[in-house]
Amino acid sequence: MKLAKSYFADQRKDDLRELGQGLQRADVPGHVTGKTAYFADRTFPGMLYLKMVRSPHHHARIRSIDLSEAERHPGVHRILTHKDIPHNLYTVLILIQVGPEDEHVLAEDKVRWKGEAVVAVLADSERAASEAAARVKIDYEVLPAVLDIEAALAPGAPVVNEHHGQNHYMYDSGPSRKVRFGDVAKGFAEADHVLEQTYWSSPIEQAPMETTGCIVTPDGNDRFTCYTNTQAMFFTLDNTSIILQMPGHKLHLVGGTVGGGFGGKVDVTVEPIAILAAKLTGRPVSFIYSRYEEMQVSSPRAAEKIVLKDGVMKDGRIVARQVWGYTDAGAYSRHSPYGAQKGAAHYPGPYTIPNVWVDTWCVYTNRTPSSAMRGFGVTIADFALEVQMDKLARLIGMDPLEFRFVNAYRDGDMKAHRQETTGAALIECMQEASRVASWPVAEKYMNMSSYRES
Amino acid sequence: MAIRRGRGVAAINYPTGMNLGGDPSQALVHSTPTGNFMVTLSSVDLGQGLKQVMAQICAETIGVKTEQVIIDTADTDTGPHCMGTFASRGTHRIGNAVIQAAKEARQVMLEVAAEALEVDAGDLDTDGEGNIHVKGAPQKAISIFDTALMAHFKLGRSISGRGMFLVPRSYPEVETGAMKPSTCYAHACTVAEVEVDDETGEVTVVSVKNVFEIGRALNPKMVEQQLVGGSWMGMSHALYETTEPYYPSRDHAGVDFNEYLMPGPGDLPQTEIVVLERPAADGPYGAKGPGEMCANPQIPALANAVFDAVGVRIDTMPITPERVLRALKQQRAG
Repeated sequence: MKLAKSYFADQRKDDLRELGQGLQRADVPGHVTGKTAYFADRTFPGMLYLKMVRSPHHHARIRSIDLSEAERHPGVHRILTHKDIPHNLYTVLILIQVGPEDEHVLAEDKVRWKGEAVVAVLADSERAASEAAARVKIDYEVLPAVLDIEAALAPGAPVVNEHHGQNHYMYDSGPSRKVRFGDVAKGFAEADHVLEQTYWSSPIEQAPMETTGCIVTPDGNDRFTCYTNTQAMFFTLDNTSIILQMPGHKLHLVGGTVGGGFGGKVDVTVEPIAILAAKLTGRPVSFIYSRYEEMQVSSPRAAEKIVLKDGVMKDGRIVARQVWGYTDAGAYSRHSPYGAQKGAAHYPGPYTIPNVWVDTWCVYTNRTPSSAMRGFGVTIADFALEVQMDKLARLIGMDPLEFRFVNAYRDGDMKAHRQETTGAALIECMQEASRVASWPVAEKYMNMSSYRES
Repeated sequence: MAIRRGRGVAAINYPTGMNLGGDPSQALVHSTPTGNFMVTLSSVDLGQGLKQVMAQICAETIGVKTEQVIIDTADTDTGPHCMGTFASRGTHRIGNAVIQAAKEARQVMLEVAAEALEVDAGDLDTDGEGNIHVKGAPQKAISIFDTALMAHFKLGRSISGRGMFLVPRSYPEVETGAMKPSTCYAHACTVAEVEVDDETGEVTVVSVKNVFEIGRALNPKMVEQQLVGGSWMGMSHALYETTEPYYPSRDHAGVDFNEYLMPGPGDLPQTEIVVLERPAADGPYGAKGPGEMCANPQIPALANAVFDAVGVRIDTMPITPERVLRALKQQRAG
């Protein structure tokens, strides 16, 4: 790594003592010698293991659940269904007033995705829990499933989630989060070329080394200690408090040493049910996702469909950009309404464009609920935006790097969401990239600056 | 049939912190009787090194060595609220909370030292080596060790501080989308070079050259580990990873690290990192959040490089050999 100190030197005082130093991390010797304790390194006498019985169908009505054979299985201690959950209907972003509650901790009348939790089995060993889970008999009436964005938004599509009423999130601005800036129709009319392209992505997994999980102990004083690898301690505590209708002071979460998150550990999926199980059994409870569950049950990054329509002049100026972004949230909101909204704020990318129109949608399908992942709401947008930039440059016969200089935002430029640009540094990054990669651009671009002369 | 070479570029920005703000974090700092400092948080270290950065920020602010700072975090019985570790917010939000708490503790520490030295607290400074001295008169000094002892056992004063950082929440205007998503943005430009086998569709990444602007590199070694890791993750996202290769079909789902493809050590390209620093006005010592940003620009840069090499556009991620080959067949069919 090289620190290129010549850029923005006038904005820094290089007077730091402890910072700016590449000190070795205090926790690294423990990590590399295997001495660091992660939550799952703890064991407690009498610990029970929780295994979830999950839906094998994308969409189905639950006719009946027969626990009799599973309950007789050796080692089984208790089996939980939705009737045991004090406040079974939840959504995590209710904490920041983003509702409605739309998901069951354990399914009640319906399952809406393949992998949805229906029944929780608690047994003395992981093996007994798995064997008993296989003996839970659930009678399903399979329903038509909606598996992609376009099918979900088609007229007459089956409704995925009745708590929303239609297959998309409803913002205060309507079916999409909107950004309106300038006049795109006028921009397209004036443009020398108009290019409309569609981009797609498939879901991807955060793929942490350590799978999602927690271990809970009842502390004997009506409090519960939950050792967890959540990315957000109080977010998990407060959501658990709502779901279990248990005052927050009864909950004690311990965490902070995590084997990778990448956004995959901000949903609150293991702690509430494990704490409830510890309360109802009086025993320590371990609930840790298998690698299969981490890959196919825990929320991935959403699939997205992005349509970009740009008007560009022969001299390289982009004069209008219209965006339709669709996030495949799967069956439940989790963090997706936030992610889709973050996308709306991100467009049209780090470029100054006078006419911008953005609609971002959060769409429900009968798929594994998607949620946060590194780059939430932005990563796929950047893929689409920057491939589109390459296409536009080639369309007008300009060098792709020079084309970006023409449109790059600078201090003082007004963004589409009506914030003035401050602290811009795109131009300098491109100048350094030109040098590092031996990708020459015209002198005038190497002389540009993110600063505005004033 | 041939191996064809191409290169592509992408330039991006990325917001620091939770979109639209409204995401507080708190920190508490106190001194032990012998002048070590405890920072109490409920923030989560995901493996990226949050605890180390917070220790260095606290040490810088109080004026002690980093090894004198202990981070006690992620216990909801002891640590004050933190929104969580996500949205590239850790260094920026929690770092600012730690600075505020550390400043308050430093002020008490200087007041105690001022009493010992019979001077004004405003005339004192730390030397970063464990001593407090009168500005311009380094011989008139007291150690932080002795200062803390005096605070505890003679003056009965708590050398401690409280810190809180909150970017007020912004609500998007319904019709126009006018809003304040973030207070600062990190930037990047990546140039990727690939070789594409036009017989198999296989893409080999030759080099990925990344330029990142991150406000301030608070610990350059840790910045490097995060940026290099991010660059590899971006490459993996572009060319390898998906839980459902034939989305919207749910078939062929990867269920473990044998079936879910990611690059191995032999697949990694020459990876270069250059860091620019334009300090953020509201960043802790100018820092922005580069955690998520650093895994994004490789993806479009690689897609553009594939086009540059073989003249086909893969507009669906990931860019698998199958997709490249199908596009090449279509291209040849005219």
